[in-house]
Amino acid sequence: MLRHVSFKLHKGEILTLIGPNGAGKSTLLKLALGLLRPTGGTLWRKPDMVIGYMPQKLEVDASLPMTARRFIELGLRPDLPPDPFWLDQTGVSQWLDRPLQGLSGGQLQRTLLCRALLRQPDLLVLDEPLQGVDVQGQAFLYRLLAEARERIGCAILMVSHDLHLVMAQTDQVLCLNGHVCCSGTPESVQAHPAYRELFGLDEDTFAIYRHHHDPTRCDHDGGHHD
Amino acid sequence: MTELLLTLTATGVVLALTSGLLGVFVVWQKQAYFGATLAHTALLGVALGLLLQLDWQWMVILVALATGWGVHWLLGHTRLAADTLLGILAHTTLAVALVLLSHAPVTFSLDSFLFGDILAVTRADLWTALGLLALTGLFVARNWRALLNLTLNEELAFAEGVPTRRVRLMLILLLALVIALSIKLVGVLLITSLLILPPAAARHFSRTPEQMLAGSMAIATASVVGGLALSWQLDWPAGPAIVVTATGFFLLALPFRR
Repeated sequence: MLRHVSFKLHKGEILTLIGPNGAGKSTLLKLALGLLRPTGGTLWRKPDMVIGYMPQKLEVDASLPMTARRFIELGLRPDLPPDPFWLDQTGVSQWLDRPLQGLSGGQLQRTLLCRALLRQPDLLVLDEPLQGVDVQGQAFLYRLLAEARERIGCAILMVSHDLHLVMAQTDQVLCLNGHVCCSGTPESVQAHPAYRELFGLDEDTFAIYRHHHDPTRCDHDGGHHD
Repeated sequence: MTELLLTLTATGVVLALTSGLLGVFVVWQKQAYFGATLAHTALLGVALGLLLQLDWQWMVILVALATGWGVHWLLGHTRLAADTLLGILAHTTLAVALVLLSHAPVTFSLDSFLFGDILAVTRADLWTALGLLALTGLFVARNWRALLNLTLNEELAFAEGVPTRRVRLMLILLLALVIALSIKLVGVLLITSLLILPPAAARHFSRTPEQMLAGSMAIATASVVGGLALSWQLDWPAGPAIVVTATGFFLLALPFRR
């Protein structure tokens, strides 16, 4: 499903994966999390790495009585009380004692992010953090990620569908379509012909998701820009 | 007679505590149908045990474990939904068991396996049940946080370092064991209700997972003791009496919705 993929992610760096549906973004994320093993090639992860993971969705059965506070504490070491800084920054302190099942989608997303941040991770992995988030929410998330990088010094790996807002906070963009179409800084990727072809940018302004790019016919093999 | 009654009640209480402990996970993880399937396959274990002239309780455990593994394997290798696969397994094993039992070399009563036969409970059963309770209690106590994280989101739990495969396998093993040991008490057809009714009743007055766990164990115990008492006083069949009592607790708890 995924081949010819190679990248390095260091502490304090933000890497964003973009690409059409079925491009292998989620697969790459699962490889990074250790949920999948690569069938070929090598994957090196820092030993004993602490991971903070924000999944796309959290579906908790109504039969499980659990507040947001308890949910967050379950992700932390039992002897560490949650740092109030992140509770306030994410807004979670407003609904700490409400049951998880009573939270809105946005509140649940922030609760997931808060748990991931409070773990003081070496690597923060976010799966489509912008899904269903309004413009203000997106700006808010980017400020939060910048703050996380500064305070925790973690590396951040995220998947995004969003093309323009991604570019604001990212050091490295990996444009995937079964392989690395192109990679580099946001500016260089935006200018790369493979990226423009993949998202149909030069043909007409609205055709952002035209999946006419066939990986088997693709002759640009991970063109890299710095 | 009193000694038999004591052994019987003690075994019932020990099994109630164990199923109360495991039942909360069955309910939280929406695994009621999985539990029912394991219970159905138990009859295949009984049939194999009788045919091969081996201890049927151990055969029940082996078949239940094979089923747990089989479901997992089939989910990865077919395009079918979990409830379809569970339905196929539950009824196939039941049918095969009934065919095999028609050729069993010994005469026995199918009713006693389907609905329980508390007079068959022995002292050895009490010790086995106590061992299982200790094992289950130890497992749940040591892995409580891991189990809750697994219940919330398996991928999140794994990414955060929970050994999800090992914990899940252990949970299936313990479920198989408690089902095998509860056959004499409530029978194959009624076991699932002993796993899901007490936690379902406890949900209505619980604010934390721990309260629900404690409530589930308490209600399961009260159901077994109450059911046995009803059976003794009114000459009801014991297994159904236990389930009816548990349903009574569930209905009583309904207005306390939290």
